[in-house]
Amino acid sequence: MKVIRGRVWKFGDNIDTDLIAPGKYLGLPYEKLLEHILEPANPEFPSKVKEGDIIIAGKNFGCGSSREQAPRGLKDLGVGAIVAESFARIFFRNCIGIGLPAVTCSGVAGNFQDGDEAELDLRTGILKNLTTGKSFQTSKLPDMMLEILETGGILEMLKKGTF
Amino acid sequence: MGMTMAEKILARHSGKEEVRAGEFVTADVDRVMVHEMLAFMIEIYERHNIPKKVWDPDRVVMLMDHYVPAPTVDAAEMHRKMREFARETGLKINLDGKEGICHQIMPELGYVKPGDLILGTDSHTTTYGAFGAASTGIGATEMIAVFATGKLWFRVPETIKFEIEGSLQERVGSKDVILDIAGTFGSDVAQYRSVEFHGSAVEEMSISSRMVLSNMSVEIGAKFGIIPPDKKTIEFVESVTDEPFTPVYPDDDAIYEAIHELSADELEPKVALPHSVDNVKSVGEVSGIKIDQGFIGSCTNGRLEDLEIAAEILEGNEVHRDVRLIISPASRRVYRSALEKGLIDIFLDAKAIVCNPTCGPCWGGHLGLLGKGERCISSSNRNFKGRMGHEESEIYLASPATVAASCIRGEITDPRYV
Ligand code: SF4
Repeated sequence: MKVIRGRVWKFGDNIDTDLIAPGKYLGLPYEKLLEHILEPANPEFPSKVKEGDIIIAGKNFGCGSSREQAPRGLKDLGVGAIVAESFARIFFRNCIGIGLPAVTCSGVAGNFQDGDEAELDLRTGILKNLTTGKSFQTSKLPDMMLEILETGGILEMLKKGTF
Repeated sequence: MGMTMAEKILARHSGKEEVRAGEFVTADVDRVMVHEMLAFMIEIYERHNIPKKVWDPDRVVMLMDHYVPAPTVDAAEMHRKMREFARETGLKINLDGKEGICHQIMPELGYVKPGDLILGTDSHTTTYGAFGAASTGIGATEMIAVFATGKLWFRVPETIKFEIEGSLQERVGSKDVILDIAGTFGSDVAQYRSVEFHGSAVEEMSISSRMVLSNMSVEIGAKFGIIPPDKKTIEFVESVTDEPFTPVYPDDDAIYEAIHELSADELEPKVALPHSVDNVKSVGEVSGIKIDQGFIGSCTNGRLEDLEIAAEILEGNEVHRDVRLIISPASRRVYRSALEKGLIDIFLDAKAIVCNPTCGPCWGGHLGLLGKGERCISSSNRNFKGRMGHEESEIYLASPATVAASCIRGEITDPRYV
C-alpha cells in the first residue's frame, strides 16, 4: 500500500455532508458539483486542492446524509486520505468502499495547521507532520478494509469477482 | 450469554447461532430501498463499466421523493434514467414519485417487518427500527455491491440502551424526547453503535411517535435505532402485509455498552438551535426568537398525528402575517387521511401552504427555500448550515406542535400555552 503525501487541509468538528457536497448543487451534473466540494467550509478548497493532499479534521467528520457524492467528490478532486478524530459511520463506510483511505487518530486536529505537509503510511498507521517533525500513530484498519483499499475499492473487487 | 437486538438480527442473517459486538459478519439483506441516489449509482455503473444487475428484483424498492415532482430538467433526467434502470433490470417494485417519502411509505406499504435486515441509500433508513428491524443507510457504491450480491459486511455494533419511563405531558412528543437525548448526550454518543429504546414511555407511544426516535437515532451517530416489537407493532405490520415474519427480542442478559435512564414526566418541549442537532434548549429558553418560516413535514414529523396536533393548535388561528407555514404530508395516505379528517381545511383557513408529499423543503432541494438571514422552525431532523437554502439562513428543529404554535405568534413559542 502506497504512502500518501501532501498538503494538509485542516477542518474542525462535525463537518457534515451538506458542507462537503452542498444539497443545492446535488441536482447538477456531477462534474459541476465537484466545483463546490467543501466550499462552504473553505471556499479555496475545490480550486486549490491537489492530488495526494490530506484532510485533517476533528470529531464526527462526514456526519449527515448518506450522499456518496461527499467522499467521492473529495477523492475525485485528489484527496489522498482523511485523518480525523472520528468519522460518522456511513461516511466512513463510503470512503472505504470507494477506495479513499480514512483513519482515526486521537488528538490529531490539535497537531496540524492548514498548509502543513503530511505523510501517512497506511500499512504501519504512522502519520507524520513533516512541517513540525512530529509523528502520530493512527488506528489500524482491519485486513478486510485494507484489502478493499488495496484493490481500489468495491467496484474493482466486483469487476474481479472478489467481493 | 444473551444477545441484543442488533446481535440477534445480524446472527440470523449471517447464518450463525451467535455473534458478538466487534465481530465482522457478511449478512444477507431482506430488503433494500433506493431513492434518487440511484441516479448517482447509474452514473457510477456507466463510468466504471459495471453491469447493471439486481440479485433479486422482488427485494428492491425504488422510489423518488427528493425531487418530486421534478423541479428542474436535471431532476427530470435523473428520474427518467431511474425509470429506465427499473425497466432494464426488471425491478418489481417501482413506486415512482407517487406515494410519498421513503421512510414513511416503506413501512406503510408493508416492506418493513420485525426481525428484518434492511438497507437504504439514505441515512434515515434507521427509521425502520421502530418496527423491530435492523436497518441503516449506505452509500451508492455499497448499494451497487448489494444489488449484485444481496449481501454486505457489517461490524456487529455495541448497543446503548435508553430506558425512558413515565408519561409525556400534553403537547410534548417523541420529537422532544429525541432532541433532549441529542442535547444531553451529543451528536456522536452512539457513533458506530446500535441503540435500543425501552421503557413505559416508549410503550405508550404510537407507532408514528416511535418512528421519530428511530429516525433521529442517526443524528446521535447510530447505525440502528431499534425498538423491540410489541402488540402494537405486530398489529400494524399484520395490517399492511401478508408476508410471514419472526420478531426478535433482546435477551434479559444481553450486554449493553451503556444504559441511560430518562424520565418523560417533566420533559419540556425542546428546540435544536442552529447549526447542529445537539445544540438543544428548552423552548422556554428560546421563546421570543422571531421566525420567517415554519415547516411541518418530512420523514421525521409529517405523519397523521403530527398534522392532527398542528391542526388542533392552528384551528381558529391564522399564521402570523410575517411568517409562511409550509405543510407537506409525508405520504399520499397521510394526505388523504388529513383531507378526510378536515385537517387540510384547517390549514387552508389558517393560511398555511399545503404541498404534496416530498422531501423538498426538508433538505433544501426545492420548495420553500430560505433567503439570506431568514429563520425557519422545522419539524424535520437536521439543521446543518445552509441545509434549507441560503448559507446564512438558520434552522430551528422542534416538534410539529411547537412549529404550529410558533407560526401563529411569529416567534418561537411553547405549544403548551397557546
Ligand atoms: S424527509 Fe428529509 S430527512 Fe427524510 S428522507 Fe427526505 S430529505 Fe431525508
